Amino acid sequence: MHEFPITEQIIKIASEKAKENNARSITRITLVVGEQSGFIGESIQMYFDIISKDTLCEGAVLEMENIKAKWYCPDCNIHYARQPFSFACPDCGNDGMPTNIGKEFYVKDIEIETE
Amino acid sequence: MAEKEIQVVQNIFDENDRIAFATQEKLGKMGVFVVNIMGAPGAGKTSSIINLIQQLSENKVYVIEGDIESDIDTVKLKELGIEAIQINTNGACHLDAPTIQSSLDGLSFDKPGLLFIENIGNLVCPAEFQIGEHIKMLICSAAEGSDKPYKYPLAFEKADVILLTKCDLKTYVDFNDEFFFKGVRALNKTAPVFEVNAKTGQGFEDVAGWLLQRKS
Repeated sequence: MHEFPITEQIIKIASEKAKENNARSITRITLVVGEQSGFIGESIQMYFDIISKDTLCEGAVLEMENIKAKWYCPDCNIHYARQPFSFACPDCGNDGMPTNIGKEFYVKDIEIETE
Repeated sequence: MAEKEIQVVQNIFDENDRIAFATQEKLGKMGVFVVNIMGAPGAGKTSSIINLIQQLSENKVYVIEGDIESDIDTVKLKELGIEAIQINTNGACHLDAPTIQSSLDGLSFDKPGLLFIENIGNLVCPAEFQIGEHIKMLICSAAEGSDKPYKYPLAFEKADVILLTKCDLKTYVDFNDEFFFKGVRALNKTAPVFEVNAKTGQGFEDVAGWLLQRKS
């Protein structure tokens, strides 16, 4: 839902990093997007194509690495993917607890062209 | 012309979080404990604030009211003699750290105490944003039904404390306690749940006690 301001931030972060490294242009931006981050890749791409015009990011390929959400069972000491609409650990059946795995949302790296 | 890969590893919320942390630190140093109050529209956020202020009579309380439009809640608070200011986002569905930071000059902060920030009525987005708070308080009314934890997990996961309001309405809405608490506990092992009634004041003494303990 907030993909527009988020995409502005991505372009800002990538551009600042590129400038620090004397880039002529940015050819690729890699994002890590957890499946529970709430952000929709297609929407980010759509805004990116528009907002990146006349910036160092124009023409860059946006790559997105998706991370599946994992819960944690303290009784079994395992991480697990939830079955739809269930909180249960697949081994012991007790409700586990949420983790931050799958909530990531960061710019991982950029590929630039220098002179 | 050469190609080069540069590691960035920068959180996209960095700037918002940096500002939120600065607000939290600044107000903390002034002895002001900041509570971010989230909940669906009509859950009872303002009513809970009014009841809590009555219980916290020995303490100075400041309020920032967040709404898309209107100052209805701020007018009500000011009529009760509470120092309150209104933020209207005119469209944005949640408060963010920059918005709160730029509103702080509107409050005196002449004494230590508590700052209640009533977020936009919304069970989705506020949970995602740090705005400078020390704790997040989730207001969830019995009238919304016992399935809210299952449908809006992040709000329940991020809450430091949960108020179950309008608990006098439980029988009228077939509220299933077991189902509700099972959902809450799966998502959040530590947040206490206080059952309250803003019309009678029931339960708010305990919430105020908990808040003061967390503050110290």
